[in-house]
Amino acid sequence: MKKYISLFLTLLLALGLVGFAHAQDDDELSGELEIFSWWAGDEAPALEALIALYNEMHPNVEVINATVTGGSGVNARAVLKTRMLGGNPPDSFQVHAGEELTGTWVVADRMEDLTFMFEENGWFDVLPEDLLDTITYEGGVFSVPVNIHRSNVLWYLPETLDELGLEVPATIEEFLAVCPDIQAAGLTPLVVAEPWTVNHLWETIALGVLGAEGWNGIWTGETGVAGLTDVYATFLDVLECTNIDADAAGLSWQQATDRVIEGEAVFNIMGDWAAGYLTTTLGLEPGEDFGFAASFGTDGIFMWLSDSFGLPLGITNRENTLAWLELMLSIEGQNAFNTLKGSIPARVDAVEAAMDEYNAYLLSAADDWAVDVLVGSLAHGTAANERFMGDFGQTIEILLSTGNPQAAANAFAAICSQAAACGQ
Amino acid sequence: MRSTRDRRIAFVMILPSLFLLAIFVYGFIFATFQNSLTDWGEDRRAGSAMAAARQSGFVGIDNYRNLMTDALEFDFRTSMVNTFFYTIFFVGGCLFVGFVLAALLDMRIRFEGLFRTIFLFPMALSLVVTGTIWRWLYQPVGLNSLPERLFGLEPYSFNWINSRKRVLPFDWNDVPLYLTYIGLFILSILVFNYLIKRRWGAMGWALVIAGVLGFLQGVDFWTTTVWPQTLELDLRAFTPDAPPPGPEADMKGFQVALTGIIIAAVWQMAGYTMAMFLAGMRGVPDELREAARVDGCTELGVYWRVVLPQLRPVALSAMIILGHISLKSFDLIFAMSGKDNFQTLVPGIIVYSAFDNDRFARASAVAVVMLVLVCTVIIPYLWTQLRERRD
Repeated sequence: MKKYISLFLTLLLALGLVGFAHAQDDDELSGELEIFSWWAGDEAPALEALIALYNEMHPNVEVINATVTGGSGVNARAVLKTRMLGGNPPDSFQVHAGEELTGTWVVADRMEDLTFMFEENGWFDVLPEDLLDTITYEGGVFSVPVNIHRSNVLWYLPETLDELGLEVPATIEEFLAVCPDIQAAGLTPLVVAEPWTVNHLWETIALGVLGAEGWNGIWTGETGVAGLTDVYATFLDVLECTNIDADAAGLSWQQATDRVIEGEAVFNIMGDWAAGYLTTTLGLEPGEDFGFAASFGTDGIFMWLSDSFGLPLGITNRENTLAWLELMLSIEGQNAFNTLKGSIPARVDAVEAAMDEYNAYLLSAADDWAVDVLVGSLAHGTAANERFMGDFGQTIEILLSTGNPQAAANAFAAICSQAAACGQ
Repeated sequence: MRSTRDRRIAFVMILPSLFLLAIFVYGFIFATFQNSLTDWGEDRRAGSAMAAARQSGFVGIDNYRNLMTDALEFDFRTSMVNTFFYTIFFVGGCLFVGFVLAALLDMRIRFEGLFRTIFLFPMALSLVVTGTIWRWLYQPVGLNSLPERLFGLEPYSFNWINSRKRVLPFDWNDVPLYLTYIGLFILSILVFNYLIKRRWGAMGWALVIAGVLGFLQGVDFWTTTVWPQTLELDLRAFTPDAPPPGPEADMKGFQVALTGIIIAAVWQMAGYTMAMFLAGMRGVPDELREAARVDGCTELGVYWRVVLPQLRPVALSAMIILGHISLKSFDLIFAMSGKDNFQTLVPGIIVYSAFDNDRFARASAVAVVMLVLVCTVIIPYLWTQLRERRD
């Protein structure tokens, strides 16, 4: 017995020494690293996997995982803004790539240019051009995208379509044509939920009406009020096919997806976090138990949004943060995170390193990501700044209360102008 | 007579809290007011609201004027109308339910203590908890499905907190008109008072109000300064082909979606008014009731004609306390219908939204409007209380 104990102790000692030696070998990073995000609950394991990876590489750094719960950062934003204004920035914070970062923090001179890092690591070659354009501001790159979600995805149940004898509508016109028949059958043609999901639907319909070029034209001022009036007119028709006047405002996006799965609604347009919900939470098989397609009229266009992290100016642990950013855009980091989060890597060369760990939906999304035309999402902070996005909901309310697409488009233009979001 | 030394010690003792109040209450109120006179975050062409070197200029009362007149600020006006209806129904509901409960408990029933605790208990919950519970109850599988589950009837399909319906519609542009009517109504009451009671004080007030109303109408005050009749937004500045601005209706009304929230709020606070009324009822001398009964008053009549008039000060206190709670309401509505629902928008939620849209100047203006509203309820109350105590 004693022998075993001493053997055990020796082993323990040896392991400890190895561990110690390993720690000694590693770089001299120490101190703290505070990561600020809204990834709690379902999304927490993905972040924890990244932190575990970081701890392994830099054991002397104490990582402080500062999360503020609330989807899309509804509550985190208030805390972050208070801290930044108070001169107490976290070492790195989660923010949607694109205007949510540049329009708020980069123009305010609160972020450090990361171009040197992108050059050192060769990241310019592994990220799609359209993405790089969006995260670049006045020649500098300011954020490290950790994942990619797709906004313009249509979800449906193949059985429901079979029962109704329908094909998946390729265009908005086709959808509007079958809408009365679906309503006559007692089903909701397109299900929406709380207000932000209506904003989400708007952007996919606008993309379907305007195409990628017209969508980008909104933000340069080329599309203008005439194009937007078309969008709002079509959107009003599409809303006629939804449950907006019934109980939409009280549903969460998951409950809207549930309606499709339960066969009460035929279609749902939602970002591809719905795939994570359907596969992980409901245990369904993508492609078999549920179907997905690009939303009406947007085939070949990938409307993306991305969670990203940046390097705030005036932080105390700059070196630790640089190591964190480097890990996040490494192939290892991207796969560790995205397989758990249910999103795809921003790097086009990451998925092939871990093919088995992505499900059928994500593999198809990753293929599209590499070849499709990429446009930024409005509802999720990529295409327009927060000043614009905060007031955008008013245009929808004007449309719903007046039924006048022109008035909604005018309001859109007015908000655009106040927010300096649509060119000059 | 207290000695000077005692007074000095007392002054030193309250000095720390005076100091803290001066900074954290009055200092911040002043800072908020100051912000509301700037364009901080309003015009993004001037730069980011988050810039280390803040870009904001003095714009006077522009923010306040925009809140009242700008076509795009219709959400603020909706929130004001919502607050108005919410306050009326919430305070009215609490007083009614509270009074009925108190009257029932006053009948010296058995287990009175137990019932008192049960009715008062909702007050112990945080409004966020109440909101979450009631939001769940309003789900389709909640209260609405009860008739089905209990009796096999058709499920009820009322949208308690997310209906888009609006009743009692009116145009915001007519609000000055209504205010003038209300002013005239008060005026006529005062004149009536004078004619009946020959009270010159009331007549003086009546003349002052008549003078002010006449003057405001005379200089076209409503239509030019406070609430221009046309909520115009000159879109030609943004879009050359936009139609010329004209009078725009800004329809408001009682949002049906508020009913669910009002019910939850009454559920939470009715126990409180019950406790106040019950205490008041216990203070009504039994001799009065006995006398009324001897005179042939019914039990209902005793409450209506004898007890209720004695409870007027209690009711007034309850109205003031509940009224200022509802004017400031945020947490219950935020928990029940979120911050993006125009149907249930209240000013507090607009203030919170400043962290989304960076419009800090506008949010400050809304906060100041809220403060003024609460002050109009609280200050006269405090004033009369202080005067009574001095007498």
